[in-house]
Amino acid sequence: MTTRIVELRRGILKKNDELAAGLRDRFTSAGVLVLNLVSSPGTGKTAFLERTLCELRGRGKHAAALVGDLETDNDARRLAASGAPVRQINTHGICHLDAEMVGKHLEGWEGVALAGLDYLFIENVGNLVCPSSYDLGERIRVVLLSVTEGEDKPLKYPGLFNSADAAVITKIDLAGPCGFDREVALRNINEVRPGIRVFETSAKTGAGMDEWLTYLAEQRTR
Amino acid sequence: MHELSIAASIVEAVTESAAPYPGARVKEVRLRVGALASVIEDSLQFCWQLATEDTPLTGSVLVINKLPVIVHCEACGVDAEIDGVQSFRCPRCGELAADLRQGRELEIESIELEDPEPAQPGAGAREQAEERI
Repeated sequence: MTTRIVELRRGILKKNDELAAGLRDRFTSAGVLVLNLVSSPGTGKTAFLERTLCELRGRGKHAAALVGDLETDNDARRLAASGAPVRQINTHGICHLDAEMVGKHLEGWEGVALAGLDYLFIENVGNLVCPSSYDLGERIRVVLLSVTEGEDKPLKYPGLFNSADAAVITKIDLAGPCGFDREVALRNINEVRPGIRVFETSAKTGAGMDEWLTYLAEQRTR
Repeated sequence: MHELSIAASIVEAVTESAAPYPGARVKEVRLRVGALASVIEDSLQFCWQLATEDTPLTGSVLVINKLPVIVHCEACGVDAEIDGVQSFRCPRCGELAADLRQGRELEIESIELEDPEPAQPGAGAREQAEERI
């Protein structure tokens, strides 16, 4: 009986990485800025995105959204009220989006041409673990954290926080009643992702949205 | 809980890589998994048997080589291993270090294949001899 060792040195998610690289090339040549929004369930990704889409529309920008959810299309219906094109991706139990799902849902999207968009937002499935491994071809990964979740979330989920390019604290209008310790939260985010840009926002009051929209505009021209 | 998807991706990749060795049995699969790869070893091991059933990997052993996070400290000008994953600071000077050099790996390092039993030369030779007579 003979055995042999075959060296592979191959990425386990190579297929996803290749698909994502293809998507990234498409997004770049179409001139659309793509953002992947990740957070735990209940952070307020949809409310934040709703507000972002409305504000962008008000500024004459063209934005669209792909929304991941396990089973429902509730989020897509909510977001569509902003007037932006929105498409639901139902993962049917899978806890993250992958590049293949994104690619499939870009096909046959009525009325949407990538080249006509300024921004494409991909709202991931609410999960702070699994989405970190799956590149969707985005240029900016945004991690969201709400004041109701506790300041130590970044320390509990460093894999995802460390993979993000920007962080958004949501529901900042509830910081007082929740006893949210802002300093501790900012320190924790910075410990696991040194130097990351952080936005403190409220989709309800509009706090911090101007700064966020300015950032989006800056990133688009980069 | 995406370990089952990860396990399925490993099976697919290994099956493809083992294709040039027909009949060989996969004995062992060695992975390199960074501390930030968001993969839970126990969950992956738990899924392994299920994911490998009825594939060339049935009965194989999964060996996970865990890699710590290494950051590059600009102040010290060196790469340094950090303890854990909750504070990205240089262990020498204590400064925050954003430049990650290791820790996100999610790779198949190597596979060990067992070649099939060679056909028993004795039996074949006897048949040929009988035919000649």
